Amino acid sequence: MLTKRIIPCLDIKNGRTVKGVNFVDLRDAGDPVELAEIYAKTGADELVFLDISATEEGRRTMADLVLRVAEKVNIPFTVGGGISSVADVDILLQNGADKVSINSSAVKNPQLINDLVAKFGSQCIVVAIDAKEVDGEWIVHLVGGKVPTELNLFDWAKEVEARGAGEILFTSMNHDGTKNGFANEALAKLSTELNIPIIASGGAGTIAHFTDAFTKGKADAALAASVFHFKEIAIKELKEELHSKDIPVRL
Amino acid sequence: MKIVIIDYGAGNIQSIKFAIQRLGYQAVLSSDVEEIVAADKVIFPGVGEASSAMNKLRESKLDGLIPQLKQPVLGICLGMQLMCNHSQEGDTKGLGIFDVEVSQFPNSVKVPQIGWNQISQLKSDLFSEVREDEHVYMVHSFYAAVCEATIAQSNYGLDYSAALQKDNFYGTQFHPEKSSVVGERILKNFLVNIN
Repeated sequence: MLTKRIIPCLDIKNGRTVKGVNFVDLRDAGDPVELAEIYAKTGADELVFLDISATEEGRRTMADLVLRVAEKVNIPFTVGGGISSVADVDILLQNGADKVSINSSAVKNPQLINDLVAKFGSQCIVVAIDAKEVDGEWIVHLVGGKVPTELNLFDWAKEVEARGAGEILFTSMNHDGTKNGFANEALAKLSTELNIPIIASGGAGTIAHFTDAFTKGKADAALAASVFHFKEIAIKELKEELHSKDIPVRL
Repeated sequence: MKIVIIDYGAGNIQSIKFAIQRLGYQAVLSSDVEEIVAADKVIFPGVGEASSAMNKLRESKLDGLIPQLKQPVLGICLGMQLMCNHSQEGDTKGLGIFDVEVSQFPNSVKVPQIGWNQISQLKSDLFSEVREDEHVYMVHSFYAAVCEATIAQSNYGLDYSAALQKDNFYGTQFHPEKSSVVGERILKNFLVNIN
């Protein structure tokens, strides 16, 4: 049976992890490769590396980092952040990334999704959508939730699917950072109305939140950062708990 | 041992090369006929769309070579699918090594299938020391049906071939290079146990 995936997300700036990581068994908390290896060994199903470098040099460092991750890590990983062209994707995939995730560039130029799918295939193109619920309507936002667009989450998600994306990574800006649980109602609507996998993001605080994302939210995968980085939740324990609730996971 | 990964411009070949390195072996990427023929083990990767990958294979003039190879050959993901008779994806004629059709998953399941699924009914030395129902990483929209060449099965809305074998030709729908310790075992089996 296909299992539900647990995905730690690492924020990367100029080739180093940021936002704080508190892993006692790490020699160097800032080294993404070392952290990735630990996650791979302790049961993560996949990893996401989000590049938040603002400079050209930071981007080049990211391409080198991808190569180092591919060399060491034996599970799949996705790279996102600042990707805006076929050439950007080409170098990341050539260096060993399994998937890439695009966000703002897809909103600004939706044809990019088609172009990437035609060249690399649906299976490696993830479209990340950040959305905020405003007066009962889910509105797509850019720049980490700062800039609203005119797009409705569900309309945009369907367009993304129609253009060939293989997966959607949905972050609720209302839930992100709150540790109060995922946006299960919106997740369930996405998962029911679309026929591609949906990754839940934003709001993980407890093990029960993950259970809810898979049962109530019908998500195919769940992504989180700080609860894993600060060891508030151990992936092994999380997966054992999901298993005990009859949610299929890889133990 | 000389290991060649066929490089025809369609695949995440870096990951396979690194996975082999982690096992303590070295692999070369090559599209050179002589180099491929001289290898002890050949790996035939593939990611993307079937008809364009097949075109690239033809342009590299490797479509005629692969079915003639005598040493163990391992096709991975789209590589395995291209070793079949025909794929529904882009109405693509395959290499005809495995006598089976490749079809799209039905709409009753989410397509593509992305993630870790179980393999069962394991029937080859390729799976030596791999337990039934272990999880491996799959990313695909098309599948090869269960047939005479099936050496491992999975289920996603229906039963399909997770791995195929005929003579010296092996194929896995999953990515051993991305399937953690289970995948490493399978890759090692191919390099060490299959001759």
